[in-house]
Amino acid sequence: MSEATTTDALASTVKPGMEKVFTRSPLLGTNTHSLCPGCGEPNAVRVLMESIEEMGERENTVCVLGIGCYTAFAALMDVDCQQAMHGRAPAQATGLKRVLPDRLVFTLQGDGDMITEGIQEVIHAAARGEKITAICLNNAAFGETGGHMTATSVIGQRTKSTLEGRTPERHGYPIRLPEMLVGFEGVAYLARGTVHTPAGVKKTKKLLRAALETQRRGLGFSLVEVVTMCPTGWFTTPGDGPRFQQDNLLPVFPVGELKRPRDLTV
Amino acid sequence: MSGGTASSAAGPQRAFLEGGHALAEGAIQAGCRFYCGYPMTPSTEVLEYMARRMPQVGGTCINVESEIEGINMVWGATGGGVRSMIASTTNGMSLMQESMSEMVLGRVPAVIVNMGRGQGDYFQCTRGGGHGSHRMIVLAPGSAQEAVDTAHRAFHLAEKWRHPVLIYGDFMLSHTSETVTFAPPSDTLEPLPEKTWVTDGARGRKPRLLTSLGMRLESESPIASAEIGPGGHSGTDTTRPMRDAVARHREIAAIETRVETAWLDDAEMVVTSFGILGRFARYAAKLAREEGMKVGYVRPYTLVPFPYDTYADLGARGIPVAVFENNAGQMVQDVRLGVEGRAPVHFIGEISMDGSGFGVGPKIDALHVLEKLREVYSRRHAA
Repeated sequence: MSEATTTDALASTVKPGMEKVFTRSPLLGTNTHSLCPGCGEPNAVRVLMESIEEMGERENTVCVLGIGCYTAFAALMDVDCQQAMHGRAPAQATGLKRVLPDRLVFTLQGDGDMITEGIQEVIHAAARGEKITAICLNNAAFGETGGHMTATSVIGQRTKSTLEGRTPERHGYPIRLPEMLVGFEGVAYLARGTVHTPAGVKKTKKLLRAALETQRRGLGFSLVEVVTMCPTGWFTTPGDGPRFQQDNLLPVFPVGELKRPRDLTV
Repeated sequence: MSGGTASSAAGPQRAFLEGGHALAEGAIQAGCRFYCGYPMTPSTEVLEYMARRMPQVGGTCINVESEIEGINMVWGATGGGVRSMIASTTNGMSLMQESMSEMVLGRVPAVIVNMGRGQGDYFQCTRGGGHGSHRMIVLAPGSAQEAVDTAHRAFHLAEKWRHPVLIYGDFMLSHTSETVTFAPPSDTLEPLPEKTWVTDGARGRKPRLLTSLGMRLESESPIASAEIGPGGHSGTDTTRPMRDAVARHREIAAIETRVETAWLDDAEMVVTSFGILGRFARYAAKLAREEGMKVGYVRPYTLVPFPYDTYADLGARGIPVAVFENNAGQMVQDVRLGVEGRAPVHFIGEISMDGSGFGVGPKIDALHVLEKLREVYSRRHAA
């Protein structure tokens, strides 16, 4: 709360001759949340909310949230929200979008939610070509439980359930979901972004905007995976999170667009 | 579809239909516009009917990839403000239990149908394999006409109480063809409260949050700090949905309990059964009366809330109760709770299946029930 208040206070005291270059998205609440210092998820949610605001879709959007740390954003995002069961958000968003086809419907899930528990739901939603946007905040760990292995934990990654590091022999290999979905006819847009650098955050905003625009134009299923820092789940410090992500996660999860509608100009 | 009248959006006013199709048409005429299901006998028939009818009324029918996907689609569609339903069978119902439990806590007013195999899902339907302090509202129709009426009533009760409603039928109900009419029952015509759960984009209003977790939006009134448990998220009271659900259920039990009874005034013994088996029990009671045995009849229509008071009255009069179910003895436990130890309770049912395992076996027979009633009646005073 105190940090938010400080930001708002700075934004409202622009002195003569100075230009206001940054302010809180009007779609983000000012109340407290329970996420850890150094967490990357708020970066992703900020640019997501900015995109919806800039698209003029605030009163036309419904978010379907999975279960994870980011579920706390339900109380912060100034759009209608439905909470879903762990892994099932793409199915719930399907039901919602089918009865309200003119609304912008997106899921907000983690890697544990979407890729570990709920991979069936997201794959079938993609195969059906549901005109929804699935957003996966991938930090390669179960952050909320305190740092356990997910389907995207990388080889060698230490978690509380892979104490000596994830090994292929014992724990298999991480799943690259966007790469899996490239060949699906129903899928129109696929991308992976990162929020561990300012440039990455800026690029991620463009990817999210493109995915939402794909949905708005009814072109098919869209998905963006955003690689986010989880220093708590990685057993490192908040300051070391971006370096850990650069060295360990990004070699496995390369950023960029994997699939894009030909006539999408965003 | 007999008669060919259902090609119009309005649908038939009267038709000769099997129970599963009658229930589906009843749901459509009650305003259901989203349906999904995974094929499994005997709920397949509902899916097939909906696949044909939903496009005619501008609705959606999805052949889902799993029951788990299906129940969550219904959650989302209901949250969008559209009357939505899923039907499944026995095992498929087991798969849906997590979401059903949370839909009670999150107050998602969907309609869920279990066209079961036999009556072995009584515990599943009334207790559930789910978690937390949840109970469903459970309705058990006994005929094709009652299936239609129950479809109307299920949507009505769901929105009246903002609570999911489960309809429990079986293979015999689903496949028994009868003449039905589709007018909504009079008790479903009362006005309904505003749909405050609808999350369809916050047009001209503050955003809403449909959740089972006890979270609140910033725009909602704050929770007193005393209500936030140790370690709870700010703005979250995780016990509130459970406490609310329990309190709501007491209210529902006081108002919505329904039971069919016959010949209780002079009864010296009572036979009780639920669902379509109630008709066998009732007929057996009638035959018993023709033989001079004073047998009464009770059929709970609401399995939850259960009509405990009806059985408590029998207990107070010391009247033996014979329970006929097509399972190993499940509702009999509620009957025992109902009579409060003051009257003998005899289980006269059994698992009676045919070779397919769909739940229509040789013991589903009024003469078999009559024979059991004779046995119980002859030792009623010795019990």
